[in-house]
Amino acid sequence: MIASTEALFGRERLAGNILHFARVLRAAGLPIGPAKVVVALNAVEAVGVGNRDDFRAALESVLIERHEHKVLFDQAFELFWRNPKLLERMMALLLPKVRGRVPADEAQAPLPARLAEALMPLPRHELEAEGEEIDLDAAFTFSPREVLQTRDFESMTAVELREVKAMIARLRLPLPEIPVRRTVAAPKGHAVDLRATLRAMTSARGVIVPLAWRRKRRRRPPLVVLCDISGSMDRYSRMLLFFLHAITNDRDRVHTLLFGTRLTNITRHLKQRDVDVAIARISGAVTDWAGGTRIGACLGEFNRRWSRRLLGQGAIVLLISDGLDSDVGDGLPQEMERLAKSCRRLIWLNPLLRYEGFEARPAGIRAMLPFVDDFLPVHNLQSLKQLAEAFARRPAARGRGAEYLRAA
Amino acid sequence: MTPALPGNVDAVAALLEQHDYFADRRLATSVYLALKMRRPLFLEGEAGVGKTEIAKVLATSLGRALIRLQCYEGLDTASAVYEWNYPRQMIEIRLAEASGKVDRESLGADIFAERFLIRRPILQALEPHGGAAPVLLIDELDRTDEPFEAYLLEVLAEYQVTIPELGPIKAAEPPIVVITSNRTREIHDAIKRRCLYHWVDYPNAERELAIVRRKVPGADARLSREVVAFTQRLRAIDLFKAPGIAETLDWAEALVALDRVTLDPDTVASTLGALLKYQDDVGAITPDVAARLVAEARAEAVALPA
Repeated sequence: MIASTEALFGRERLAGNILHFARVLRAAGLPIGPAKVVVALNAVEAVGVGNRDDFRAALESVLIERHEHKVLFDQAFELFWRNPKLLERMMALLLPKVRGRVPADEAQAPLPARLAEALMPLPRHELEAEGEEIDLDAAFTFSPREVLQTRDFESMTAVELREVKAMIARLRLPLPEIPVRRTVAAPKGHAVDLRATLRAMTSARGVIVPLAWRRKRRRRPPLVVLCDISGSMDRYSRMLLFFLHAITNDRDRVHTLLFGTRLTNITRHLKQRDVDVAIARISGAVTDWAGGTRIGACLGEFNRRWSRRLLGQGAIVLLISDGLDSDVGDGLPQEMERLAKSCRRLIWLNPLLRYEGFEARPAGIRAMLPFVDDFLPVHNLQSLKQLAEAFARRPAARGRGAEYLRAA
Repeated sequence: MTPALPGNVDAVAALLEQHDYFADRRLATSVYLALKMRRPLFLEGEAGVGKTEIAKVLATSLGRALIRLQCYEGLDTASAVYEWNYPRQMIEIRLAEASGKVDRESLGADIFAERFLIRRPILQALEPHGGAAPVLLIDELDRTDEPFEAYLLEVLAEYQVTIPELGPIKAAEPPIVVITSNRTREIHDAIKRRCLYHWVDYPNAERELAIVRRKVPGADARLSREVVAFTQRLRAIDLFKAPGIAETLDWAEALVALDRVTLDPDTVASTLGALLKYQDDVGAITPDVAARLVAEARAEAVALPA
């Protein structure tokens, strides 16, 4: 129960404590503006402070906006409303962990870590350390310029590197627009715009008024990128992140998840406009960098936890992976089938395809191929142009991946 | 006569229970706050956990009219807010012309008058029904697109709709707004910020049992306990779509229709379609798994309140 009711809930102290609590949550990443604090105070006054559960429910219904925030809220609530000082002491104890490497048991550790950072923020220069590692590889070359194309990224000067990054930042993914049910005024539309016609009739001098028309609006479908960051993809993944950052900030409805042995949604980090800050945050959030790959398990997790939330409204899925699965395709066909059936189009970008003698030998690749709609290389600018053509193709041609399997 | 709004959280819980809705304490608090602070209630949760039902029960128990706006992709103001009655307007113009005296200025004002306005759910909700503000249910908001959400912002902030030809129409008393989402995509934070958020979870065994007893009174007491225990077990398994309360009730009704008084693996196998709606999930409940689950459910059912 609440330790000292008087100390926490004395009339004037209550407002201060709620303010403090809101500030802790805000620093931990919950979107809580000043207006919310006022609403929270009103809510608490409405339910009273006699019942701890009601008090908690009142704060919760005002201060959280997403189901994901609940875990953080619960932990902060438990600690804070027992004794605000206790929370700070706990955070101080946890702090060495935060400064060190990300702990292995991700499931438990990161939330206190976020809370800890919220209470005792690290100095900014430590978070955004200078001279971050960039190990780029010539294999992944978006540059159309001969000089940069042939040079090894590692031997490049900082200026040249920046130039390549800038080129990637300018890349756009030309997704085709699909018609949606909403309409827009258009001279040569397919439906009569009665409202506009009538307006014209009331003000027209002549008797006959030309009909006004509307047509269906067109919109780009949502894009979901599943990108493999296992050891075998390591030489591409850094460069791919720059590319993913560019397309995420290009427009709305792009979601990006990374997978190796586990699945991480990095959409929030990629929204950060500065690419270096974004990449630094991703490095902090992803723990299975350059390790093994469990494609089947990760796709399974995606299907269960994310597909319903991200694949609505006709999403296109970009699967970027070399298909080298350490589980040797265990459970992979089922999950690939579910994924293919949940989206408008499933496009597999495989960097191995750039090799002349590529054969669909590995079990993982054989398991995945029958379900993909397009199977394309991704290693240079030319391959991106092919990607654009694949998007432009009529959606009738689904399941083209199977052709590779037959050819092999 | 409209019943007064409940004065505290207990009163809300009691009121909902009177009308066959068993809310947990947190949900009752959110509902109470929504009524008291006149803020929209934003309910998110898996399909079939009783989100829509809250709005219906609120309307019945508070003696308010229920106005429902079912969202879908491409929902526009013409179907959500208002539309002009074009055929009638055209007849009006034709009549004015036939009578010979057409004053264009007054004709324009005439045909964009309130009597040619067709009121859709949101506009309806801004008017009192039987002396009290209605309950506006905006169902499955995640099915529509962002432009509609943006439009809702004005409505939820000011309880006001602007019709270019008529000017703003403002509610004298704001409606009780309940928004639901199945989370097939994230709703924009701007909407959520104006609402009280509540995640509707699956109920615990005791509450689910109370619901089954109330909604399927024909079920044998033992059967109800076993059905609840089985469903609770099933939710713990890694399924693509875990059964909601709606499925539990369907299943209980199906078993009553089959005159069962207790669960057995064969019955479970033949009626699983009432609980699980994906072939993968049905396939995951093999006869072995079903037998194990039934045995566990029977053992657990004993512990549930009689």
